[in-house]
Amino acid sequence: MNRKILIFGATSAIAQETAKIFCDKSTWFCLVGRSDLKLQSVKNDLLTRGAEKVSCELFDLDGDVNPETLKEKIVESFGIPDVILIAWGDLPDQKHCEEDYTEFEKTFRINFLSVVMVLTPFINILKDKGSGVIAVISSVAGDRGRQSNFAYGSAKGALNRWLQGLRNALWRSGVHVLTIKPGFIDTPMTGDIAKGPLFVKPEMIAPAIKQAILKKRNEIYVPGFWMVIMSLICLIPESLFKRLKL
Amino acid sequence: METRHLNRFISFDRKTGVLRCEAGVLLKDILNLTVLFGWFLPVVPGTELISLGGAVANDIHGKNHHEMGTIGRHILGLELLRSDQSRMYCSPNSNPDLFYATIGGLGLTGLITFIDIQLFPGGDQISSETIKFYQLEEFFEISDDSAQRFQYTVAWVDCSSHFGHLGRGIFFRGNHLQKSSEKIRSGYKVRESTLVVPEGVPGIFLNHLTVTLFNLAYFHRHKSSKKQINQNYKSFFFPLDGIRHWNRIYGRKGLRQYQFVLPKDKKDCIRKIFGMISRSGLGSFLAVFKEFGDLKSPGILSFPEPGYTLALDFPAGNPQTLKLFAQLDQLIAKNGGRLYPAKDSHMSPEMFKACYPEYKNFRKFIDPAFSSDFSKRVHLIES
Repeated sequence: MNRKILIFGATSAIAQETAKIFCDKSTWFCLVGRSDLKLQSVKNDLLTRGAEKVSCELFDLDGDVNPETLKEKIVESFGIPDVILIAWGDLPDQKHCEEDYTEFEKTFRINFLSVVMVLTPFINILKDKGSGVIAVISSVAGDRGRQSNFAYGSAKGALNRWLQGLRNALWRSGVHVLTIKPGFIDTPMTGDIAKGPLFVKPEMIAPAIKQAILKKRNEIYVPGFWMVIMSLICLIPESLFKRLKL
Repeated sequence: METRHLNRFISFDRKTGVLRCEAGVLLKDILNLTVLFGWFLPVVPGTELISLGGAVANDIHGKNHHEMGTIGRHILGLELLRSDQSRMYCSPNSNPDLFYATIGGLGLTGLITFIDIQLFPGGDQISSETIKFYQLEEFFEISDDSAQRFQYTVAWVDCSSHFGHLGRGIFFRGNHLQKSSEKIRSGYKVRESTLVVPEGVPGIFLNHLTVTLFNLAYFHRHKSSKKQINQNYKSFFFPLDGIRHWNRIYGRKGLRQYQFVLPKDKKDCIRKIFGMISRSGLGSFLAVFKEFGDLKSPGILSFPEPGYTLALDFPAGNPQTLKLFAQLDQLIAKNGGRLYPAKDSHMSPEMFKACYPEYKNFRKFIDPAFSSDFSKRVHLIES
């Protein structure tokens, strides 16, 4: 039986590496992104690696967006997905977000609101189907607000809360929600950041993401050692944390 | 220039073995995919952790040079992106001059975006033989004998051995088995080694004594004088890939590689070079010796020519290393040999021009916005 994987933000590095390891004769992909050129090159890569079928849909958050229409198109041509992976994100300049509200609003929209927007039309059809996995790439930054990136962190934090509620709401229907929390990943999104020893390549976390989807885990940190790091970070009392320059 | 994000496959014809992929795809990723369908890269070097673009830009050779020549001979075409934003498809029939300049062109003619390569039928298993030899003369005999019957031939040589044992080593030769293993056909992937050399290992661990002892142990580890086994391709071709960051054993200063080729009739010169290296006490345990075949290398600056090639590592931290290199350079230039730019960190402009008189023809293909440490050092780019 075919496994249908719908990927939003399919041209992102983490999405590509994850899709690569799902490639086999029984997998169909539907790739959603804003660049036709990039989508086609991801499509060719997945087909060469053995995916049975790959279709593409253009969707630009900055353009004229209609998530219902998008859902109709996808369901008609691709069918009801078994897995929905959301892998788009925006890492803004924190100072700009503090000085200019429109910058903050933009990052909040891309990192949180857009996820709610594209998923909402799919929630009922997945509930009716009675199965499926919704996997969203969030971030460790959502675990605690800190001075260096709280615009991004608060959007991811809101996302984590919403996914948690959705997990709870959908549990009885058989639909599963997975929150993926990567730490420092070496991708084009972090291209401008100096790479420290904690950075890992996206292909290193893809197997863990695949396993978490197949095993229907709730929340995972990738790489796993971030669970320890974030647990320690969250234990620090606020009266002390507010003085730190993390 | 980093091309690791240019790492996608574009198409693969499982019937004809023609693969098109972006230039940043690693040889490892190609083999992981194509071996499943009985297709192998026509040329592989000692590691699979390099990009196909890099392989083409250095027109790499492998253990099967005597049968297949360099990788450039198997490239059907490539797309080149130049700094003036022009994109050109280059092949033997389309922009051929630029094609032959780009093969072995060290990345100086522009950015290779994608490559079309003809793979050849080969599975994941190699039937391999090892033969111990005690002197250089034996190597030459075994090498001549092996060329007709074996797809892959190479020797490890002990560059620390003296006089009576000069040039002793172990000859490796192998052929692809016709059938792929059951495991690979069911999609099983070879488990990768997790041995890692930690950072900060002091270079003093690698010295004349430890190298001599290692070489002794390695030579005698091969107990029988001749042995045959079936091996997975990763262990036959890429044994060092199993030890991540192996270069760290050279310490913080690292290593310099030295690889040359000398014509077949210069066996005396080769003996002399072995003697010089062994007397210097500097060579490390990784010495690879091979006979190149007669297949012409296609690139203007391609390295391989008919003859014998020796590749060796030396500690970069030792000042005697560069002195030895200067002596070896003189000897090699005098005897019609050349050095391998891909392995080079010391070649002088004079040595480069003596080894590659074709450089004058190559210069006109260099993209004005491209340069490299090598091109500046050897004055390939006029300053």
